[in-house]
Amino acid sequence: MKNILLIDFGSTYTKITAVDIEKEIVLGTARGITTVETDIMEGLNQALGELFSKTGKLEFIKVLGCSSAAGGLKMVAVGLVPELTAEAAKRAALGAGAKIMGVYGNELNEYEIKEIADLNPEIILLAGGTDGGNKEVILHNARMLTTLGKDIPVIVAGNKSVAPQVVRILSESMTEVVHTENVMPKLNELNIEPARETIRGVFLRRIVEAKGLNRANQFVDRMVMPTPAAVLKAAELLGKGTQYESGLGDLMVIDIGGATTDVYSIAKGDPTKNNVALRGLPEPFAKRTVEGDLGMRYSATALVRAASVKRIADHAGVSEDNVEAYVKKVEENIEYLPQNDVERKVEIAMGRVCTCLAVERHVGQLETVFTLAGSAYVQKGKDLSEVQTVVGTGGVIVHHEQPNEILKGATYSESTPTMLKPGCPKFLIDEDYIMASMGLLGEEYPDIAVRMMKKYIVRR
Amino acid sequence: MENSKVKVVLGVIGADCHAVGNKILNYALNAAGFEVINLGVLVPQEEFVNAAIETDAKAILVASLYGHGEIDCRGLKDRCREAGLGDILLYVGGNLVVGKTDFTEVHNKFIEMGYDRVYEPGILPDQVVIDLKNDLGM
Repeated sequence: MKNILLIDFGSTYTKITAVDIEKEIVLGTARGITTVETDIMEGLNQALGELFSKTGKLEFIKVLGCSSAAGGLKMVAVGLVPELTAEAAKRAALGAGAKIMGVYGNELNEYEIKEIADLNPEIILLAGGTDGGNKEVILHNARMLTTLGKDIPVIVAGNKSVAPQVVRILSESMTEVVHTENVMPKLNELNIEPARETIRGVFLRRIVEAKGLNRANQFVDRMVMPTPAAVLKAAELLGKGTQYESGLGDLMVIDIGGATTDVYSIAKGDPTKNNVALRGLPEPFAKRTVEGDLGMRYSATALVRAASVKRIADHAGVSEDNVEAYVKKVEENIEYLPQNDVERKVEIAMGRVCTCLAVERHVGQLETVFTLAGSAYVQKGKDLSEVQTVVGTGGVIVHHEQPNEILKGATYSESTPTMLKPGCPKFLIDEDYIMASMGLLGEEYPDIAVRMMKKYIVRR
Repeated sequence: MENSKVKVVLGVIGADCHAVGNKILNYALNAAGFEVINLGVLVPQEEFVNAAIETDAKAILVASLYGHGEIDCRGLKDRCREAGLGDILLYVGGNLVVGKTDFTEVHNKFIEMGYDRVYEPGILPDQVVIDLKNDLGM
């Protein structure tokens, strides 16, 4: 018997997955309500009870956990030029599974310092300047951050020439100042992996403790990472495979939640057409974007605002009043599920529009420029038009009767021809909702994780 | 000691996609000991400015070949001033205007626009390197 328990301490639910790594099967999944304030073990025990009622009592050789509890890992990213190092810092933080509260560029002023203090992030990522590039701004920003009046861990990932000086300045008022490699050592060269790793390290050391997750420590062998980072890891494994287990190739993952919609892409995203010039920051191979205003429950009103009532009503083939009524209902009661045909149609349309907008914000865009030598194209972001696989995960998709209808929002549309969305991908559904778990398992057993995902994440 | 090299930003501005001259200049400047941040073709003004801020470059070298240089290059100096790069050297070169215009006129026009040096077609990269080193006191 080689059973492993994988736990995802979410903000609403604690989700658990028990796997047998010898037989490479999922033994069962269950969930309980997360209670960060009182006792994190409560929801876990509830979930375990539910699991054991299905599977009988299980023994585990290992228990691994990830967490997005209490809003996840809240971060602020600071850089120099908004489109360059500030953007690079933001991407590093997103890739580490953080929730970005704010992105700041150029020299911070007193107002912004006040704003950052109010946002009360759990980690600040400070970047700025290429190696050998601008030094003044990151030094200025380090001095400004010492006036925050709060002791927040700062990760320094800027111009290497002044990094020691920046660390010294910050150490005057912060207890935890960690230095890592520059997120942009050369112009337009992203290097976000070291910063991502460092963020994870700090997250585990401090945040887990602060959120009371250490109370689960007697039970959990290792808290591995923030949940979105686990999903990113799983997506990367499923796409790339391992040395011994082939992957599915380039893919996207759509994770629609109640509050946010996360989109992941595992692909280089180079131009697929001729005569295309790339512009802007290079893209990370494993990329995550998160849309705070696109969600099916907590963010239902924001979703409607972003998409317009008419668009959702048109998709659903119902009246705008129907849409408004349903949105009001689900936001008041986040547990509410569609009860009749009209509500089901609205729910699908909401999911579809959610997917559509989130993917449009994730993928690259093509712009035509007219030159004397004829037209040429400029590509910003990733070209995902030839991605063959789109995976759907998250409660709304997994528990849905027609998840493909929702995932169709991820594909190319003639109404938005400049968006480099997948042309005609196949849709796979993470039916047992195991992606985050597989990311955790993949830390130690990558081959098994890939094989299990290929077995459990299937067409519906 | 890459980081002690003087950095210069290079690119073909606007909607122009002529890449050959850009590659030759990149090679020549590299060989002359500069660290070249080459933005390639179809580069908007703000990208030149952003690149120079972030890398602490000492000069921006703008090329334009398709004849619309005047429209594309106007205002770059002001953007630099706005971004705190008032002292950065600005060079421009290529086929800057459409048709046969007396180069002195073109030259004066671009100097007025704030460029420090203006090159006509046919100038060799060596000349640019010599000028750069002179202007930067190297």
